[in-house]
Amino acid sequence: MIPELGHFALVIALVMAVALTVVPLWGSWRGNYAAMRLAPTLAAAVTVFCLISFVCLAIAFLQDDFSVKVVASNSNSLLPSIYKFSAVWGNHEGSLLLWVLILSFWLAAVATLSRGLPTVMLARVLSVMGFIGVGFMSFSLFTSNPFERLLPGVPADGNDLNPLLQDPGLIIHPPLLYMGYVGFSVAFAFAVAALMGGRLDAAWARWSRPWTNVAWAFLSLGIMLGSWWAYYELGWGGWWFWDPVENASFMPWLAGTALIHSLAATEKRGLFKSWTVLLAIFAFSLSLLGTFLVRSGVLTSVHAFAADPERGLFILAFLAIVVGGSLTLYAVRAPSVRSRIGFGTVSRESLLLVNNVVFLVATLTVLFGTLFPLLMDALGQGKYSVGAPYFNAVFVPLMACLVPFMGVGPISKWRDDSVYRWRSRMLVPALVVLACGAGFPLLSDQSFNIWVALAVVLAGWLVAGLVQDFRDRNSNSPSLLRSLRRQTPSYWGMVLAHCGFALAIIGVVATSQYNIERDLRMAPGETETLAGYRFEFKETVRLRGANYLADGARFEVYQGDKLISTMLAEKRRYLASGSVMTEAAIDGGLFRDLYIAMGEPVGAGGAWAIRLHYKPMVRWMWLGAIFMGAGGLLTVTDRRYRRQPSRSAVPVGGADVVQA
Amino acid sequence: MSSRLKLFVPLGLFVLLAVLLFRGLSLDPQALPSALIDKPLPGFKLPALRTQQTLSDADLVGEPALLNVWATWCISCRVEHPYLQRLADSGVLIYGINYKDDSVAARSWLDSLGDPYRASVVDAEGTLGLDLGVYGAPETYFIDGNGVIRYRHVGVIDERIWTGRLKAVYDALATPADS
Repeated sequence: MIPELGHFALVIALVMAVALTVVPLWGSWRGNYAAMRLAPTLAAAVTVFCLISFVCLAIAFLQDDFSVKVVASNSNSLLPSIYKFSAVWGNHEGSLLLWVLILSFWLAAVATLSRGLPTVMLARVLSVMGFIGVGFMSFSLFTSNPFERLLPGVPADGNDLNPLLQDPGLIIHPPLLYMGYVGFSVAFAFAVAALMGGRLDAAWARWSRPWTNVAWAFLSLGIMLGSWWAYYELGWGGWWFWDPVENASFMPWLAGTALIHSLAATEKRGLFKSWTVLLAIFAFSLSLLGTFLVRSGVLTSVHAFAADPERGLFILAFLAIVVGGSLTLYAVRAPSVRSRIGFGTVSRESLLLVNNVVFLVATLTVLFGTLFPLLMDALGQGKYSVGAPYFNAVFVPLMACLVPFMGVGPISKWRDDSVYRWRSRMLVPALVVLACGAGFPLLSDQSFNIWVALAVVLAGWLVAGLVQDFRDRNSNSPSLLRSLRRQTPSYWGMVLAHCGFALAIIGVVATSQYNIERDLRMAPGETETLAGYRFEFKETVRLRGANYLADGARFEVYQGDKLISTMLAEKRRYLASGSVMTEAAIDGGLFRDLYIAMGEPVGAGGAWAIRLHYKPMVRWMWLGAIFMGAGGLLTVTDRRYRRQPSRSAVPVGGADVVQA
Repeated sequence: MSSRLKLFVPLGLFVLLAVLLFRGLSLDPQALPSALIDKPLPGFKLPALRTQQTLSDADLVGEPALLNVWATWCISCRVEHPYLQRLADSGVLIYGINYKDDSVAARSWLDSLGDPYRASVVDAEGTLGLDLGVYGAPETYFIDGNGVIRYRHVGVIDERIWTGRLKAVYDALATPADS
């Protein structure tokens, strides 16, 4: 009964979403305010029914209702409850419902938090989002109904959730990622609404900025969690594979990074309007493209859901309507007149332009690499695969080129600046940073590493720019505390995110360069030394979890005579599926991770193949991503976004454009 | 070009992309270019991974076998590995092609994860892979007792794929159509 209720709720949500698409849009066309004012109510209705639907599916999972097909294929009565819950989105159908649910949350958020927007604008924004909802709800209902029953012939027990997904990281990774993906639909809806109204101005940029920042922040965190999960769950210490599905989440992030910077220029200076709109369309289109790549089976990937051309065709048609439609609208409505607002060659605008160019090129590079196999196949040129060597070769230098400009960014002035001023501001920091870069690798006991030195210089350059900027801003402030409090959340958000980027650079390079790993045959009682740590294999143990049996290897790790950590690596055999999983033991720290993974038993003497890793500073990378995410979220608390109601009363094109 | 026309450029590019994606839907990324099916295994002479011998195509002929292309840099191979081990344990004969890989890493991979292969050919330069038309790892070729390639599977082999499709292919290898 409950699954039917969920199904019915989803149907009603679809009907509401259709109404949300049609009625307010019609109202905005005819100038009918009553119709436009219906938008927030309809948006709320969509949210409520999506939520009911999702809760029903979750109940089916929690109650082990194996008459529901997705439950039978993706859950098991032995599964711990928390994984029964996360199993809801551990499959194509359920994850699509989560997608829809999150879209409805964004709808509700826009509807409630944007009351101050002009009625026409709000109606159009919600309408566009409603249309996206229509697309995904019909996709769910017509091609991948999560509530499909297996009647008669209900299986006695389920097939179990893929053990790789039975992990805390995977409980929150998809929701965060989808928050990011779907969040870009808000920026997209604002862009399309602005194009419909023919008014692209600073006010529009200010409205869509906080939404874009939040979406970008969630996407950063989601990608970070995915990488972290791969690191500890796949059992061999890798953290990024340039897999098509990873790329699918990375491309919107890259485009989104360009977008949040371009929005800054549009808001502050009324510049790059057409370009910003295009980026907003671009970022969300890439989210949709990601969905297409993951769910249609056109590319092979470990992450991909079961391939199904029918589903692929559906998303492609939807993609064509949404992206094709918005780009047509863009071509017809975007202002083609050259902006009269000028800026000097040496100015903050130019630096933001560099940012945009680099991130756009990076996005296209990743897109090209991801689609290359498909392109060659379609042209009949045979089968190709594009792997990490290509991506690293193009991506790493691009990011390295970006950083020198990024460091100057914070101290630069809008409109017109001078190289002389930059030089006078950055000369001392530059020297300090160069000295640090040369000195830092000496701290390591390995031979001098030029790449680490370079990474430290680049990261230090970013931080130096931020520090110099902070000093400039507060050169006449009486006390440090006053200075700290005087800055806005937007500013701190920027600082955090840029620091995060610096941390990530150091983490990625240091761990790639200094990583030590060793594969050994070890029996209990044996000892091995790696990077100054002594690993003592104490014993093997038998463990029993809720739905698996495991062999465990208990290690004690000493540095000198001091016991640092006791670590337990596991080799699990899951009962329902019979699959074997490696559960690595990780002793994490700010400056190094120790990582032990168990292989197979070797010989009869109780020996095991053991893989030991020493990974210096690997956490800095994820810490960096957390900083970026936190920075993105922090910007939203800025007061100028909360003053929306009174601001929007000003005729559009007011205050901010005048100063230009 | 007038500035209004320039604004149509993104749309034009998207249309091209959409056509490509549409074409992609009807292509099977796992399909075999038919060139090698029912052709004998291409000739090669390459070192073995874990012994000092040199292996040639003749060494692989004789019994129906799976020829699995793998590498330590291949994340999907890592996923596939335990299932290959199970197949090997149940008596399926599997040869490996260690494709464009570092032999030291490859040996320690087999030491730590187990070795489902009767032997692994070191194809460091990817020459054999080129002859076979390998486009990524993992990939598995099904070879009958006469050394003729009968089937090619691209991507991970797991329980579902094996019992659903590949087992039948493997069983058919033992009774070749032409005998």
